[in-house]
Amino acid sequence: MGRRVRAFLAFLYDFVIGDDWRIAVAVVAGLAVTYAVSQTTVPSWWVMPAVVVVLLPASLWRATRRR
Amino acid sequence: MGGGSGALFVAVFLACAVEAVEATTIVLAAGTARDWRSAATGMTAAIVLLAIIVAALGPAVSALPLRELRLVVGALLLIFGLQWLRKAILRASGYKARHDEDAIYRTQLAEAAAAPRRRFGSVPDWYAFTLSFKGVLLEGLEVVFIALTFGGNAHNIPLAALAAGCAVVVVAVTGAAVRAPLARVPENTLKFIVGIMLTGFGTFWGAEGAGAHWPGSDAALLVLVPAIALFAVGLVAVLRRGQAKATRAPARGGAPAAEAG
Repeated sequence: MGRRVRAFLAFLYDFVIGDDWRIAVAVVAGLAVTYAVSQTTVPSWWVMPAVVVVLLPASLWRATRRR
Repeated sequence: MGGGSGALFVAVFLACAVEAVEATTIVLAAGTARDWRSAATGMTAAIVLLAIIVAALGPAVSALPLRELRLVVGALLLIFGLQWLRKAILRASGYKARHDEDAIYRTQLAEAAAAPRRRFGSVPDWYAFTLSFKGVLLEGLEVVFIALTFGGNAHNIPLAALAAGCAVVVVAVTGAAVRAPLARVPENTLKFIVGIMLTGFGTFWGAEGAGAHWPGSDAALLVLVPAIALFAVGLVAVLRRGQAKATRAPARGGAPAAEAG
């Protein structure tokens, strides 16, 4: 039973998180910042596109320099 | 069908077609190397289970409050989209081996042929059944997730389900007709496009769910998706140039790293 639960959790991790866990963490952090900014008078729509612009090259850079 | 509905249909159709191609390859390998009846039974059992999951989750997704749904689904779509796009960019720039449906098919065929044959109840070959069942269920779960989340967010689950169904039928019928892996489907290009669309929709819905208001409302997607596409193409160009430099000067930088998987 324990083995099956572990296998399911491993599948879930692979399904949701994938190769780079930092992407998931950064997306959640970006949404939290969006929420915080949206509570002010400053527009918050730009936060997530900015996250994509920073996150994607950073993740690619890590993948290509890894040996 | 309006612009928004058209975009929804295309996004779900393409994403589901990619998953269906992978499931078809597994079923074909199980049927060719082992036993067609067992492979077909495994596929049918997985489809029935997927239908039960859709019947259970569909109404639940429709009943969720839109803002919370967009926040959670937007986050998941964006994580999925960035992972897909990352892999697609690495493949397009030569840092990662391209997805080769022919090679995957040959590997699965060899593994399936080597496994011992065992009867289980009315299933003549249990290995072919489980191989086919697992393949269709795992790829099918992604199809279900995409159809339900896109449909739920756009308040049009029937259209998303229709797009997913069309993709699965088109790929399955083609696979059954040729009885060979669908190597001619431009899977790498499709994955690149799907990665862009998932990232675009995920960014849009995630931000809306977190309280953002997009300039131009839904029309912002018409800027966001092409902008992400341009950005991704630009990253491919930059990485290709870097790889060419590394190839020309192996003594200084060494060969580019290739990612497994």
